[in-house]
Amino acid sequence: MATKQVVDIDYTKYNFRDSDEGYEYKFPKGLTKEVVERISKIKKEPEWMRDFRLRSYDHFMKRPLPMWGGDLTHLQFNDMLYYASPTEKKSRSWEDVPPYIKDTFDKLGIPEAERKFLGGVGAQYESEVVYHSLREDLAKKGVLFTDTDTALREYPEIFRKHFATVVPLEDNKFAALNSAVWSGGSFIYIPEGVSVDVPLQAYFRINTANMGQFERTLIIADKNSRVHYIEGCTAPIYSTESLHSAVVEIIAKPGAHVRYTTIQNWSNDVYNLVTKRAYAYADATVEWVDGNLGSKLTMKYPSIYLLGPRAKGEILSVAFAGKNQHQDAGGKVVHMAPYTTSRITSKSISKDGGRTTYRGLLHVAKGATGVKSTVRCDALLMDEISRTDTYPYNEINADDATITHEATVGKIGEDQLFYLMSRGLSEQEALSMIVMGFMEPFTKELPMEYAIELNRLIQLEMAGSVG
Amino acid sequence: MYVSIESKQILKGVNLTVKQGEIHAVMGPNGSGKSTLANTLMGHPKYKVNSGDILVNGESIVGLTPDVRAKKGLFLAFQYPLEISGVPLAQFLRSAYRSVKGETQQKDAKGVGGEMISALAFKKKLEEKLKEVDLDPSFTKRYLNEGFSGGEKKRAEILQLAVLQPAIAIMDETDSGLDIDAVRKVAEVVSRMAGPEMGVLLITHYQRILQYVRPQFVHIMVDGRIFQSGGPELAQKLEEKGYEWIEQETPAAA
Repeated sequence: MATKQVVDIDYTKYNFRDSDEGYEYKFPKGLTKEVVERISKIKKEPEWMRDFRLRSYDHFMKRPLPMWGGDLTHLQFNDMLYYASPTEKKSRSWEDVPPYIKDTFDKLGIPEAERKFLGGVGAQYESEVVYHSLREDLAKKGVLFTDTDTALREYPEIFRKHFATVVPLEDNKFAALNSAVWSGGSFIYIPEGVSVDVPLQAYFRINTANMGQFERTLIIADKNSRVHYIEGCTAPIYSTESLHSAVVEIIAKPGAHVRYTTIQNWSNDVYNLVTKRAYAYADATVEWVDGNLGSKLTMKYPSIYLLGPRAKGEILSVAFAGKNQHQDAGGKVVHMAPYTTSRITSKSISKDGGRTTYRGLLHVAKGATGVKSTVRCDALLMDEISRTDTYPYNEINADDATITHEATVGKIGEDQLFYLMSRGLSEQEALSMIVMGFMEPFTKELPMEYAIELNRLIQLEMAGSVG
Repeated sequence: MYVSIESKQILKGVNLTVKQGEIHAVMGPNGSGKSTLANTLMGHPKYKVNSGDILVNGESIVGLTPDVRAKKGLFLAFQYPLEISGVPLAQFLRSAYRSVKGETQQKDAKGVGGEMISALAFKKKLEEKLKEVDLDPSFTKRYLNEGFSGGEKKRAEILQLAVLQPAIAIMDETDSGLDIDAVRKVAEVVSRMAGPEMGVLLITHYQRILQYVRPQFVHIMVDGRIFQSGGPELAQKLEEKGYEWIEQETPAAA
C-alpha cells in the first residue's frame, strides 16, 4: 500500500531524553534575584551585564502578564528551571562533545547537516552552547559566529554597542525575563561587503522537564553584507510544561541582506514566547521565515523596523496547530522611512480542535512617502472543531501608501479529495498533499533539507487524521 | 444499478459492460444522469448505490474508496477538474503513478517493492506525453490545474490518463469546452491508447468527438436509464435527428 510512505516516519526521533544526573549545574526551581546573580557569576560576566540582568529581573517582576494573545494563566514561573548546564566546556571539535549529547545531536541529524551544506554550526543543549564551529574561510574574512556568552567575553565592544538596542529589556514581560536569565544563543557579525553564501545554523534542544530555555541571539550585518541564519528547536515530550522564551535581535546596516529561518517543532507542553525584531537601514533587506509546529502556546510576532529609505522587509510564516495547541503568531512591520516596502505572508493550519491566530501590525509613520505593503493571511481549517482568527491592525499615517490586505479561510472540499483519491492517493495522502500545497509558498523558501523535513513533519501531523 | 444523491434517485437501472479493448460511448441530454454514472463508478462519496453492483474483473467495488478503485484500474477524466494549489503537476503525477502502480519507496520485509521509477525516467515519460496532448513542458512545474484554461484542464486530464494507463478510462464530457483541433488531438491520444490494454467509457453530449474516437458501442441515456444501445450508426441517427427524436419516442422522459 502506498500509504506506507506517509506513516513511515519515526516521530520518536524527537521524543527521547537523556539523564540529567551528571550535570555541571542544575539550579533549583523558581526565579529569584539570587538565581539571576548566580547565573551572572557562573558566567563570570562584567558588571554592566549583571546590572542589566538585575534591572531586567525587577522589570519582569513588576510587569503584568499581557492581557491579549494566548492563555498564560497556567504558566507557573516558579515551577521552571532557569539554568542548567550539562558541561562547562564548549567544544570546537565534534569529538570533544560529551558522548550522550553528541548522540542526541546525531539522532537529530545535526553533524550530518553540517557536513553537507552549512557554513557554521552551533548546538545548544539546555542553557549552554556545547558545540560551535565555523568554516575556516569565513573566519578568515572576519565573520564572527559564536555563542552569545563567548561574544560578550571576546568581542566586548561590538557586543555592548548593539546588545539590547533592538529589543530593550522593558519591551515586554518575556523580553524582560529573557534579559534577566538569558544564556546561550547565537552571535553573528558579518563584516562590511562580506557575503556568506551558505547558511549558518544553530540548533536548540531542551532536555529536562520544566526547563526554561532563554537563548539570546544577536545578528549584526555590516554594510552591504549578506547572511542566512537558520535555527531549529526541539524538546522531548513531558507532561509538565517547559518554557522557551528567546530574544532575537537583527541589525541590518545599509545595503545588508539578512534572512533568518526558523523551524520550531516543540513538543506540545512547551510555552514558546519569543520576541524577534530587526532593524533595517537604508537599502537593507530583512526576511523572517518562520515555521511553528508543536508547542502548547506560541506567541511570536517577528517584526521589522524599516529605518532607512528603500529598506525592505519580508515576513513569511506558517503555523500548524493540532489538539490542545494555540499558535498565536503573525508579524509586525514599521515603515519609518520613505520608499520602504514590506510583505507579510501568513499561512496557518488548524486541526483536531487546534487554534491559530494571525496578529499583525502595519505601521506607516508620518513622512514615510511612497510606502508599499502587502499582507496576506490564509488559514486552512481541517475540521469543524478547529478555530482560526485574524487580527490585523493598520496604522497608516501617510497619504500615498499603497497597502493591500487579503485574508482567506479555507476548508478542504469533498470534491478536491475525491479528485486526488481518484488518482490512487489514499485519503491521508490526499489530505497531506493539499496541506503541503497550501504551505508551498513557505516551503519553497527553505533550503531543500529543511523543506523535506518540514514536509515529513506535516505528513506526521496529518497521520491519524483519517478515522 | 440504482443510484441516488441526497436521497434523490438519479440512476434508475443502468446495465453496462465495458471490456478492455472496447470503446463505448454514452450519449444523452443534459440531466440524463451521465455524470452521475461516471462519478458513481469512480466512487464519489455523495453518490449512493441503492441496489445493483459495480464489478471489476468479477469483483464488486461498491463500498471501496476511489483510491482503491484507481488501483484496480479505473480512471475518471473529470468534466470539471479541481485546482490544487501549490502542488506541481509533475510531482502530483509521480505520486499518483507510484500509487496506482503499487510502487513503494522502500522494500518491505520480504524485499518486495523498492523498484521506483527514477525521477529522470519519469520526467522523460512525462515530457513525451505532454507533447502528445500538446501541452508545453512548463506545465509540469505549474500547480495542478491552477490558472489553466478550460481546454488546458481537459488536456491535462488526458495527460494524466496517458501517464497512468488505466484498464478502463471513463471520460466525462472531455470534449466539452474544447475547440475542434483540441478535440481531434485528445481523440487521437485516446484512440491510440484504446486497445487490448484499455477500454473506454466515453460520456458525451455531442456526436462530434465520435468522428475521431470511433466507438464500437453507443448507448443513449435518458432519465437515468439506458434508452437504447447499438453500434456507431446510433450516434449517426442521433446526430441527424437530435435528442428530440428520443423525447418523441419516450413521452415519459420529456
